[in-house]
Amino acid sequence: MLKLENITKRFGPVVANRRVSLEVGRGEVLALLGENGAGKTTLVSILYGLYAPDEGRILLEGREVRVPSPKAAQRLGIALVPQHPELIEAHTVAENLALGLDLPPFFSRRALEGRLRELLKDHPLGVALEAPVARLSAGEKQRVELLRALLSRPKVLILDEPTSVLTPKEAQELFQEIRRLQALGLAVIFISHKLDEVLAIADRIAVLRGGEKVGELSRKEADKETLVRMMVGRSVAPLPKVPPPREEVVLEVEDLVVPRHGFPVQGVSFALRAGEVLGVAGVAGSGQSELVEALAGLRPYRGSVRFLGQPLPKDPARLYALGVAHIPEERAMGVVGGMSVAENLALRTFRAYAPKGLLDYRAMEREARALIEGYRIKTPSPRTPVRFLSGGNVQKVILARELKGGPRLLLAMHPTYGVDVGAAEEVHGRILELVRQGAAVLLVSEDLDEILALSHRVAALYHGRLVGPIPREAASREALGRMMAEGRA
Amino acid sequence: MRLELDPNPTPAKILGLYALFLGLALLLLGGVFLAYGVSPLRAYALLLSPLGDTLGLAEVARRTIPLLLIGAGLSLAFRVGFFNIGAEGQLLLGAVGAAYVALFLPPGPWTLPLMFLLGGALGALWVGLAAWLRVRFGASEILTTLMQNYLAYYLVVYLVAGPWKGQFVFGFLYTDRFPQEAQLPRLGDTLVHWPTLLLGVGAALLLQVLLFRTPLGFAWRILGENPAAARYLGLKGGRLLLVAALVSGFLAGLAGVGEVAGIHLRLLEPAQISLGYGFTAILAAWLARGRPLLVLLTAPLLGVILAGGDALKLSLSMPFRVVDVVAGLFLLALIGAEALSRHRLIWRR
Repeated sequence: MLKLENITKRFGPVVANRRVSLEVGRGEVLALLGENGAGKTTLVSILYGLYAPDEGRILLEGREVRVPSPKAAQRLGIALVPQHPELIEAHTVAENLALGLDLPPFFSRRALEGRLRELLKDHPLGVALEAPVARLSAGEKQRVELLRALLSRPKVLILDEPTSVLTPKEAQELFQEIRRLQALGLAVIFISHKLDEVLAIADRIAVLRGGEKVGELSRKEADKETLVRMMVGRSVAPLPKVPPPREEVVLEVEDLVVPRHGFPVQGVSFALRAGEVLGVAGVAGSGQSELVEALAGLRPYRGSVRFLGQPLPKDPARLYALGVAHIPEERAMGVVGGMSVAENLALRTFRAYAPKGLLDYRAMEREARALIEGYRIKTPSPRTPVRFLSGGNVQKVILARELKGGPRLLLAMHPTYGVDVGAAEEVHGRILELVRQGAAVLLVSEDLDEILALSHRVAALYHGRLVGPIPREAASREALGRMMAEGRA
Repeated sequence: MRLELDPNPTPAKILGLYALFLGLALLLLGGVFLAYGVSPLRAYALLLSPLGDTLGLAEVARRTIPLLLIGAGLSLAFRVGFFNIGAEGQLLLGAVGAAYVALFLPPGPWTLPLMFLLGGALGALWVGLAAWLRVRFGASEILTTLMQNYLAYYLVVYLVAGPWKGQFVFGFLYTDRFPQEAQLPRLGDTLVHWPTLLLGVGAALLLQVLLFRTPLGFAWRILGENPAAARYLGLKGGRLLLVAALVSGFLAGLAGVGEVAGIHLRLLEPAQISLGYGFTAILAAWLARGRPLLVLLTAPLLGVILAGGDALKLSLSMPFRVVDVVAGLFLLALIGAEALSRHRLIWRR
């Protein structure tokens, strides 16, 4: 059906894809597995007409084709479900779907819905056409993206990290849907860096590393260990055991209420002891950001929060000075791209470098060098602007800066989101080291494996309410999934 | 053909593109001159003529002074994320402050310093209003400062036509001449009021140091590039923004003092006080890319264009606004080169 031959794509000196060849047949699911930065997204962008390859050919049903734009890709029968739904929130499902259609300048709502139902008669809708997109869950939004992709009657369907916004149950439903489409004869390209998923859904698995295809296995030949070794180029050590928490209570939250648009975060109570990690899971948008932002002094809240026995201040600068570190949800919030690595490492403490009024850049860079070495941050120099660093290294810059003062409490939100396996391993190691030194950690993550691996106790946010916490030993992936999706332990 | 992002352009590519686009601007400009019935070559020569003799250079310098003061302040304000489009009005307020001291306070050795102080303060106050509205209510400073230009304009018109109209000026709309103590010294026979020029150079240097070598500048740079990060760090964003805005208004006010105390020696109609310096300085600041030091380069560059346009007007009796056409085309060329240098062109389909 679709064949890529020796695709090469360079960005300046960086080779994003080097002679990658792939093939996917009718009714086949090909998984594209690789870490972030392995070249998956570039390859998809080429296939979907966002980039032109520097070398190589694309063949569709045996004919060589050019894909100069996404529009052309759709005409050729190549459809993409993007990683994050790109929908117009204020419009209804039908109106969003209409964007992919050739329509007359005026049309009635009923005519549109009728037309959509007819075009999609082979597929279960799964969402109400007249519902506003803003009210849909992440899974339903993705469903809309999938329907939009199907409207163009594609031969090849590309799913870019489709499960990153889904609960385990929603992911299962998506897999069933993929099987159904497969049976209809679609060729499916499934992109992921999660091994379990790939093993669950793919017929064949192609592994990318550093822009090259390092191997291709059929489902039967593949197992987790082989795939990890192919992805990372080495085997990954299991996480060290976390020592049990101490007696001292670091953070005490009672009846916390965080007002916000939609439903508030309310009735959240928990205590966090020194040397303890509390993992909080939840479907995106269940109140995780609000909870963390409130504790980090970025959002007003009501209720009692005590840190080492004192009321917690509500000013981020004072919080850091007292020993509360914060790894923000968005990496972009935690660094200033145009400023150097050294300056970003000093973002919290820059005033200390100017005892006489002028900043001592030599001291700043000297200390930056130590942190760059200690955290193995890959940067040409301390003076390199942070925006030239990869995501994993940016995350290490944030981590190094937040941990350098020896915090007593770490608020960590998605600390390894979009970071490659190697960097994630280092981030986890650092967090555990901190815990061993007696810090308390509130870990909010979408990665259930991460939560289960690091936490002493786990909880989930469900519609703004905290479910749990329950001891780690009592929790399984399935139990966490239920807590996230149904709000009961 | 399509465009792709090129995050890391080589210096050669950047230089080449700038040369290409400037050439293109000259070519288009030639078309304008031809349409006006003027030989493009002669016009180009006239445009650069101020660089040829001392008198011309003095003209360039005199126009550089307000551009330097305002441009340095704006390069800071823009960098911090305060888009002050009202420097023209702040300049006029500065002129009003200077005129008040010159006309109504007893003259003495303190007169000139006091004029600069009050002029700068009024400029700062003027922009301070817009900055406060932005910080307190989120009102767009682009609109408020722009509108304040008109208020300042008519305030000056009112003053020179009404209460401050001179006793010895017959029907003209301006105040009496400033006393000797309120006049800035000039270089020889030229109109170069050098104390203001020194202030401008000093301001550019000082702001450069402030921005890149002090904790205040560090915080400013964080806020300007990433307001979300500033919030995350707990920086006092409103206060930082206000201070940057006040600095830019103060410097624009100083420029206004320089114009009336160094050149006109009286307060007169706003269109004669400033030839749109407050707007041209926006270009100077934009070209300097948020580096006050670079305004030392861009302000004279625009000064040449302004003085050259003056030469065009006088020698070829073209309308003075041809200057805007020249400046506009050059600016378009520079923006185009800038945008394209961050992309690469793929010709293959």
